[in-house]
Amino acid sequence: MSDLPLTRAPAHLRQGSSIGQPVTRHDGPLKVTGAARYAADHHPAGMLHAALAVSSIARGRVSFLDLPAALAHPGVVAVMTPANRPALAEDPDAKTHPFMFRMDVLQNDRVRYANQPIAVVIAESLEAATEGAALLAPRYEAEAAQADLAAAEVFTPPAVGPGHPAAMAHGDTAAGLAAAARRISVTYETPAQYHNAMEPHAIVAAWDGDRLAIDTPTQGLAMLRGRLAGLFGLPAENIRIRSPFLGGGFGSKGLASGPLVLGILAARLVGRPVKLVLRREQMFGPVGHRAPTRQTLELGTDADGALTALRHHTLTATSAFDDFIEPASNASHALYASPAIATSHAAVRLDTGTPMFMRAPGEAPGSIALESAMDEMAEVCGMDPLEFRLKNYAETEPMSGKPFSSKALRECYAQGAARFGWAGRPRAPRQMRDAAGLLVGWGMGTAIFPALMFQGEARATIRRDGSGMVEIAASDMGQGAWTALAQIAADSLGLDPARLDFRSGSSDLPDGGIAGGSAHTATAGAAIHAAGAETIARLAALATADGRSPLYGAGNAGVIARDGRLFRRDDENRSESYADILARAGLAEIAGAGSGAMEPAAQAGYAMHAHGAVFAEVKVDPALGQIRATRLVGAFAAGRIINPRLVRSQYYGGMIWGVSFALHERAVLDKRSGRVINANLADYHVPVNADIPALEAMLVEEHDPHVNALGIKGVGEIAITGSAGAVANAVWHATGYRPRHFPITPDHLLGAPG
Amino acid sequence: MNRFEYVRPATIAEAVAAAGAPGAAYLGAGTNLVDLMKLGVLRPQRLVDVRRIAGLDRIEALADGGMRIGAAVRNADLAQDADFAGRFPAVAEALLAGASAQIRNAATVGGNLMQRTRCAYFHDLASACNKRAPGSGCAARGGETRQHAVLGWSAHCIATHPSDFCVPLAALDAVVEIAGSGGMREAPLAEFHCLPGDQPARESMLAPGELIVALRLPAAAAGFAAHARYLKLRERTSFAFAVVSAAAALRLADGRVTEARIALGGVAARPWRARAAEALLAGAAADDAAFRRAADAALTEARPSGDNAAKIELARRIVRRALLLAASGTPARRPALPASPFAAPEDGDAAHV
Amino acid sequence: MAWPISLTLNGVARELVLDDPRITLLDLLRERLDLTGTKKGCDRGQCGACTVLLDGRRVNACLTLAVGCDGAAVQTIEGLAQGDVLHPVQRAFIAHDALQCGFCTPGQIMSALGLIGEGLIREGGAGDDAERVREGMSGNLCRCGAYAGITAAVLEAQRTMSEATEAAAA
Repeated sequence: MSDLPLTRAPAHLRQGSSIGQPVTRHDGPLKVTGAARYAADHHPAGMLHAALAVSSIARGRVSFLDLPAALAHPGVVAVMTPANRPALAEDPDAKTHPFMFRMDVLQNDRVRYANQPIAVVIAESLEAATEGAALLAPRYEAEAAQADLAAAEVFTPPAVGPGHPAAMAHGDTAAGLAAAARRISVTYETPAQYHNAMEPHAIVAAWDGDRLAIDTPTQGLAMLRGRLAGLFGLPAENIRIRSPFLGGGFGSKGLASGPLVLGILAARLVGRPVKLVLRREQMFGPVGHRAPTRQTLELGTDADGALTALRHHTLTATSAFDDFIEPASNASHALYASPAIATSHAAVRLDTGTPMFMRAPGEAPGSIALESAMDEMAEVCGMDPLEFRLKNYAETEPMSGKPFSSKALRECYAQGAARFGWAGRPRAPRQMRDAAGLLVGWGMGTAIFPALMFQGEARATIRRDGSGMVEIAASDMGQGAWTALAQIAADSLGLDPARLDFRSGSSDLPDGGIAGGSAHTATAGAAIHAAGAETIARLAALATADGRSPLYGAGNAGVIARDGRLFRRDDENRSESYADILARAGLAEIAGAGSGAMEPAAQAGYAMHAHGAVFAEVKVDPALGQIRATRLVGAFAAGRIINPRLVRSQYYGGMIWGVSFALHERAVLDKRSGRVINANLADYHVPVNADIPALEAMLVEEHDPHVNALGIKGVGEIAITGSAGAVANAVWHATGYRPRHFPITPDHLLGAPG
Repeated sequence: MNRFEYVRPATIAEAVAAAGAPGAAYLGAGTNLVDLMKLGVLRPQRLVDVRRIAGLDRIEALADGGMRIGAAVRNADLAQDADFAGRFPAVAEALLAGASAQIRNAATVGGNLMQRTRCAYFHDLASACNKRAPGSGCAARGGETRQHAVLGWSAHCIATHPSDFCVPLAALDAVVEIAGSGGMREAPLAEFHCLPGDQPARESMLAPGELIVALRLPAAAAGFAAHARYLKLRERTSFAFAVVSAAAALRLADGRVTEARIALGGVAARPWRARAAEALLAGAAADDAAFRRAADAALTEARPSGDNAAKIELARRIVRRALLLAASGTPARRPALPASPFAAPEDGDAAHV
Repeated sequence: MAWPISLTLNGVARELVLDDPRITLLDLLRERLDLTGTKKGCDRGQCGACTVLLDGRRVNACLTLAVGCDGAAVQTIEGLAQGDVLHPVQRAFIAHDALQCGFCTPGQIMSALGLIGEGLIREGGAGDDAERVREGMSGNLCRCGAYAGITAAVLEAQRTMSEATEAAAA
């Protein structure tokens, strides 16, 4: 049982044993029986099916749609086009803050990227709607599309990511490079990637007068509700969104997308509930992607291998009509000590959908480039890659000079290396083979991800029977909110989890903030924690002021909440159950609210990051160049771990994304047409089970007193960083070929000696 | 997907009659056809479901040592048929290297032969494609060509045939039995698929309405059982189409090759039988030098159809490796990762004969 | 037009009339029979989320025309548990955290059941069984990356089921 100093002024301590336990998923039984209802599993009475028709050109205008053919198809009820689309209260192209993205909702006949929705067919059956969309047989006035990162006009963006400066520097990198004993300048290319959550974007929308009920997967219930309220000119409380389960999000379900709005508009047009589910190929356009990058890194070291300068420049792409700049260079801000660091970004505009946050936005492509460059620099210095990283270990955050709130990276390196068996690694490449003659290589990379928080709120209630209820509009996209937040909630009220009713996943609950930025557990957890504290404080106030309570007069000493009872802190023989306190007070329940957000003082005073070290083994067929990541060991330190079982799964997922980044995924853009030609899961490769023979994730202990009240950092994205570079570096170590274009495919290795 | 008429004939004669109408298509499991119908690439007016025709699901050992496989036999059933896999291990290995277990459980032998190219431009209605819309051009030329042909292509089409199964079948002289309104006929599998020439829309020797009823592997093909492998280069470890692949089958005596069979996959519009390479090996020592020469010979005529010259070298290397694997013997137990370079032989496994 | 078909659905005989020949088995289950446990991830046989057992064999329901299933037995994720008692594969998936978002999970579980039934994993985790599981489960994509847990869960479920079979035989 752990004491949680659950408030900064802990007059009332709460003790719980839920946090830290590797309990199995609360939603596991629903998910393994098929009983968990995802958005597209809903089927309200009278529902119609909607299907999108999408553009097959990347730029131009729609000149013709064969409406009669579609309408004549049996079962088709309506076709929504710019001509009859119900009005919106707000311009979908308006942009008043960086989290607002322009969307295509049939506002005109323009086409600005391939797979842009150009009409919606609504029908009695899915089959009819789909065929109706095909029968529209659109014609276009096409214009030449710009689809080439290398050929488009370059500009310097005003900001990158969600409003970060496009360039930052400390120290004199020119001088540092000039003075360096050893220098490298290398360029890496990463492709466009698509989130491809297993669950396609889906919405079931039903209007009742000016009230709107929606089932859709979203990573931000309150934010989505606010956006829809604006677009439809409704009070937010008129909109109810249910999103208990997301079939994966990875950033693609964070913001309102055009297709989602079209589903609502379609329901408005026909006056019946409508279900609209994207086809997989339609997800390659209107719902975001990770932009391609070309990153140049310049590193200099002194004779001992200490960095003298680090420059990281990224060229990336955004759409022709909106801005999201993948902040890849920022991966170099906080990891390696250097007296001079300069990061910068440039961008081009391509005729694609707008790129968006995708799991570790900036960090993932930035990390594979930085970790590859560090490996190259270590080689030039004649140093072991781990030794080189330790040589350049940052004791304070390099770019800002701030102290770290906590940093157990040395322990991650040590524990990971020991577990992996790194010590025996030969320094030169092409030194190891397995019994079957396959080349074997070992590589490593450092993982880092900022410990972020958004804004969130929660409500906690203790009921007359002594049970508790915690309510929060949180999102479970697989990370385990139903479980981990309930664990926090149980402890926040000093209750056995079985006595807690945890409610989430609906927009009529308090805003739990965004499930993104690896910040959800910290944000929602802090809110729950504060709500519980408020509730316990109110309950304690009742008891300690009541002469009939054994706790009477304990106000100054304080109480401890545990197992549904309040105990006098200075005399645990004096206690009273929650139920008794409420009964005597004649109350049906007592409730409190709380919020969670980053504390400005902590943010100003400390650099806050989770860290990790990833070690990878790959095997490579020496002649054919087929690669397999045969073993990965990651050791991560991310503050307090709420549920080790679920956290390990998050790390596994991130590590597999790292493997995928290095070896598998890539959207292939036909530069002539601006179209992704592998917009399907047979040709856009993500790893299959056979790609992942052995994974190990180690949870390295770390206590962070500053990051938030619960000491939680985030675990959702960090493991991609480090892992992708570790795999790439292992490929070099196996083959002697230095990967600079990702993903690494067999044809890249042809030049390596067979 | 368009609406269609669905018929389920009980006999081959009924099927052929039903498929004689314009716009008719035979339906096996539909793993490829239904997909192409969803894309709108194919819009048949009538589907003739041949899976319930009596006898089409039979695997028969023939008196002469060959085997006859009904067209509706499922890929998985054939691969798991112990008698078949014992006689034709490379074919079984190729079957198991294709697609996923789910697809193999459904997909039929006939359907595998008739599957269409994976060329992205063929799949995409907005792209020019002489195969899908004769005369419209070939958008693949000058486009993204990593998966396209390096052998037997023409200016009109550079698509490849995606089957794994067909590659060892071509090597082993499999025969396709065909029913039509005029009765039965046969065709060698290695010539069953057409090279594009100036008529890429014509993909096989089947005339309209003709039905594959069976596949036959001759007795001689079983003579390679001790030294037969299929090897497939992929960009992920499983559930991926071949970058290139090769089937190699050898008959060996006293360290020399008495007869060799070689075919390549992923390089042409048909599984590519490498007869010149086979001829080179006849009588040669079964060693790496000879296999290297054979691999060179197999790719002599290869030329890139776009930015895909790497495939030629990869194909050369995979032929050589497949020959080496075949020479070292068919493994007693099928590898855990069929046809994969990562299918290390199990400890203690002796090559079976 | 109407197309009558007979199905044995999770052990129950059903007589259905299709109003459209285009309906896939997946859309029949999801949109007409309210059996939404089976998921649609790609609708093209490329992800495995729609895996069901058709006459005991795992297949992609998205590529299977319902009209062609006349007379077939179909088992879906909803038919696996006996009331509140989970099937060993379901229990193993929870125990090994072989799921995150859960969307691919019904397909993974049905695929695992099919794989175990195919009898290729023989030694309950010994030898190269794990590798055979990885290969055998490669038709089911999991974007969250739960593969390590899935492999462990399938091996454990296979052991549990074969022990149960042996116990029943003894």
